[in-house]
Parts: sequence; C-alpha cells; structure tokens
Amino acid sequence: MSISVKHISKSYKSVNALQDISFEVKKGELYGLIGPDGAGKTTLFRILTTLLFADEGTATVAGFDVVADYKSIRNSVGYMPGKFSLYQDLTVEENLDFFATIFGTTVEENYDLIKDIYVQIEPFKNRRAGKLSGGMKQKLALSCALIHKPKVLFLDEPTTGVDPVSRKEFWEMLKRLQQKGITILVSTPYMDEAALCDRIALIQDGKILEIDTPEAIVKHYPKPIYNVRANNMYQLINSLNAYEHNHSVYPFGEFVHYTDNRTDFNPDHLKAYLESKNLSNIHIEKTIATIEDTFMELAK
Amino acid sequence: MNNNKVIQVEGLTKMFGDFTAVNAITFDVEKGEIFGFLGANGAGKTTAMKMLIGISNPTSGNANVAGFDVFTNAEDIKKNIGYMSQKFALYDDLTVRENITFFGGIYGLSRKRIKEKSDALIEELGLQNVANKLVGALPLGWKQKLSFSVSLIHDPKIVFLDEPTGGVDPITRRQFWELIYKAANQGTTVFVTTHYMDEAEYCDRVSIMVNGKIEALDTPKKLKEQFKAENMNDVFLKLARG
Repeated sequence: MSISVKHISKSYKSVNALQDISFEVKKGELYGLIGPDGAGKTTLFRILTTLLFADEGTATVAGFDVVADYKSIRNSVGYMPGKFSLYQDLTVEENLDFFATIFGTTVEENYDLIKDIYVQIEPFKNRRAGKLSGGMKQKLALSCALIHKPKVLFLDEPTTGVDPVSRKEFWEMLKRLQQKGITILVSTPYMDEAALCDRIALIQDGKILEIDTPEAIVKHYPKPIYNVRANNMYQLINSLNAYEHNHSVYPFGEFVHYTDNRTDFNPDHLKAYLESKNLSNIHIEKTIATIEDTFMELAK
Repeated sequence: MNNNKVIQVEGLTKMFGDFTAVNAITFDVEKGEIFGFLGANGAGKTTAMKMLIGISNPTSGNANVAGFDVFTNAEDIKKNIGYMSQKFALYDDLTVRENITFFGGIYGLSRKRIKEKSDALIEELGLQNVANKLVGALPLGWKQKLSFSVSLIHDPKIVFLDEPTGGVDPITRRQFWELIYKAANQGTTVFVTTHYMDEAEYCDRVSIMVNGKIEALDTPKKLKEQFKAENMNDVFLKLARG
C-alpha cells in the first residue's frame, strides 16, 4: 500500500475535523477525496505530509510511519497545498531551482517528469511567480511538487477557481503522471472530477461517507431517480418540495432530480399533481444517478 | 429603452493600451432572467463586468444597466444594482444582524425598513439562533446565502454574482440556487459568472467569452444542440479550445 490510514481522528477545540478515518491507496492509484470546504480534506493532507499530528490513529505513506519516520516521508512525497505557496517574488525558474536544491537534486536530473508541464510555462520562466495567471501558477506549483521525483503526490484542491479548459488539461497531466508510477491523492470539491479517479472517498464533516470506484458509487444509489422539467423552475421546485411523497428534490441544471418514497411510484400521478399546481410542459423521465446524487443521499 | 431589458450592451469595448480586453460585445438581458456570463481565465469577463457595474469606464460602445448609462450615470448604477462575490461578501467580525444593518445603511434604507428587512431575512434563512453571532463563525454555505440575501436588501432590479458558490457542499449549493430562482421569479434579474459548468446549466441563457469576444449566446439547451455536446462543459471546451 502506498498510503494506509487507520482510525485517524483530529479535533480543533470543539470541532471534530476528522473522525475515525480509515482508507488505503494502492501503489500507482489515482485516488480522490471528494468533499466540500470544511470536510476535513486539508487536515488529512497535513497529517499525511507530516505537518500535523493526529489525535488518534496511525498512518503510513510510502511505507513510512507519519510520526516515527517523518523525515523519510518528506523526502518521498510531493505536496501541492490548496493555497498557492511558492515564493511570489522569485521567478518561475528560481522557484523550480530552489525546490530542486533543497531536495538535493537538480532540475536536469528529473526534467523528464515535469517536461510536459514545464514547457507550457517555460516561455514565462523569468516572470515572478506572483505575476502568473491562475492556470500557470498551478502548473508551476505542480512542477515544484514533482521535481524531486516523489513516490506519492498530494494535491489539495488543485483545480479550485480554475477554468474548465485548464482543469481538463490538469487532469490529463495527472493521468500521465500516474502512468509513470506515481501514486496520487487528490482532493476536490467538484463532483464531476470524481469520475476521473480510480477510486474515491466521499467525505463530509470529518467523516467518510463511502469509498469505492466512481462507477460503483453511482450504482449504489438506492432509488429510481427521475428528471423532471416544467415551464417554471422555481414553482416546480416549490411544488415538488410540497409533494407529500417526495424523498428528495434537487435542481440539476435544466431539470430537477426527483425521488419518491413509494415503491410503486407512478410518474403519471406526479404529472397530474404538478398540473394541479398550474405547471405546464411537464416532462418526467427516468435518469441515472450521478456521484453528486449519491453524495447528497449519503449526506442527508 | 425597452422596459423589459435590464441590461442593454452594444459594441462595448475596453482597451488597456494596445490590448483589447473586451472586444465589441453586444447582448441584452431581460427582466427576471438568470444570465450566465462564462469564459476562461483571462477571456475578459471581469473587465466586462466591471464596466457593467459602473466601476470601469468603457473605451467605446454603449451600455445601459438598470435604466442608467454606464458612461454618464455610473453612480446611479452602483445604487441600483446588487453585487456579491465569493472573494468579498460580508464582514466576518460583524454579527449577522450588524452586517445586514450596515449594508442596509450603505444603500440608504431607513432604520425602520432595515429592521423590517433584517427580521424578514433572518427568518427566511432560518438564522434566528445565530443572528447575534459573528459572521466569521458561520459555515461557508450560510455565509453565501446570507451574502446573496444582503445583496438584494435594497430591492435592486438586477444582482451581479461573481463566482458565488465555490467550495460549498452540493446540498447547500442547491439551496443557494433555489434562492436565485426565487429572486428571478420575483422579477429580479440575475447576472452570474462561474467557472463551473453545472451552474451554467441552471441559467436561462448563457454567453461564453473567448479572447474578449462573446462567441456564443443562447439557452444551455440550444447551445448543447448547436455544439453537439452532452453538457455545458463540452460546449465550453469546444469553444475555448477552438
């Protein structure tokens, strides 16, 4: 196992940031921690990168214990924190040299690993890091986290605030790194990115809700789920929320995802009800649950 | 002007030296519409929005927002619109009630009106138990809902939301969108920028900016048909990647 977490708990004063967290990440796996702000993702990253002690439980990374062997871990992992943490007043090139040097290596030695990423920011190598755009900062931070050829890469919300094009490119880069044998633990608040991981842990309020492959998590959704559409979204949501048989009502783009608490649910009855609420152009059809549906069902 | 158009923009352009940040954009937004304003980082969204909210002078073109001209009546625009951004929203070291009072005061509401608005808003959001707590102590999702409601305190015709919902859990995000639908249903126009394409799907119409120009503008449904895409994310990638 590349990462092994056993019964980790951590509290800050009265807040239980992590409660009895256990999971394992295999070597070479791309593993996602999926959850909103405040779920405990960053606390977990800090414990695994030896920057914070857990109150309870044990964890190993690349075979080393996070407490006893913390120095070995620091040499074996790359960490890209959620907040941009490079030196803003050093240039792109200086930052990269700096990180290579403190890990006792050179940019040349491991250039292969970062080449794909670094060539995209190389034209700006003399620009100060603080002056880069969001997408370029992200690429530089990833290059710096990789320059000592880590066995395990920790990425804490690398795509937050980044536009869809840069996000897509970022995930393509992660797939290529994975092929080079690097284990990756990545966190994100965005459910659509979960599908790009080998396995995911859904996390909220310091607790893991479920662990599985994205495909399996979606299959576990317990109920038939329906897309409902009508002429007025707001009235549709209100009417569905007021319907006595509803189990869940969540807007999803141009539809509302609806589940019913009866086993013999008949969409025609729902349609008649909505018509009685003066809605028109009503359209109800079965759909497939997404990871977000599953997350909301588990977090309910 | 047509009373149903809350925003009318024609050939709006902003140049910084030789660089054209916003290149002759033209569009209208109707009363009660939820309008998504999308684009990659650096496409010119923020610059365009700054002109629309009256804090940046256009280089050329015309724009009318909430009945006021962006060249000649920028101050009136500021008074007659709501604005919310994730980066700046509320004062963490003021309580919920103090924040509402503060923003009510800024927009020139009477004491009596502020009191009424505060009570109504606190009740609507279910914040009775935390009304006198510091906003900094509230969960992010609550802050965002409160921040949105505060941006509507002076009953503006239009509210601008600048990447409003990053990072919150999916249930809270939907509660936030329900507030948006409610406001739109009551006739408030909602102008929203976001990087998250699932949110684009909630909009009545969306525009997508690429290199300073609006390259697409339609309902999410029609854009998906036009670009033969399964979702708005694919539409965006097809456009922005060329």
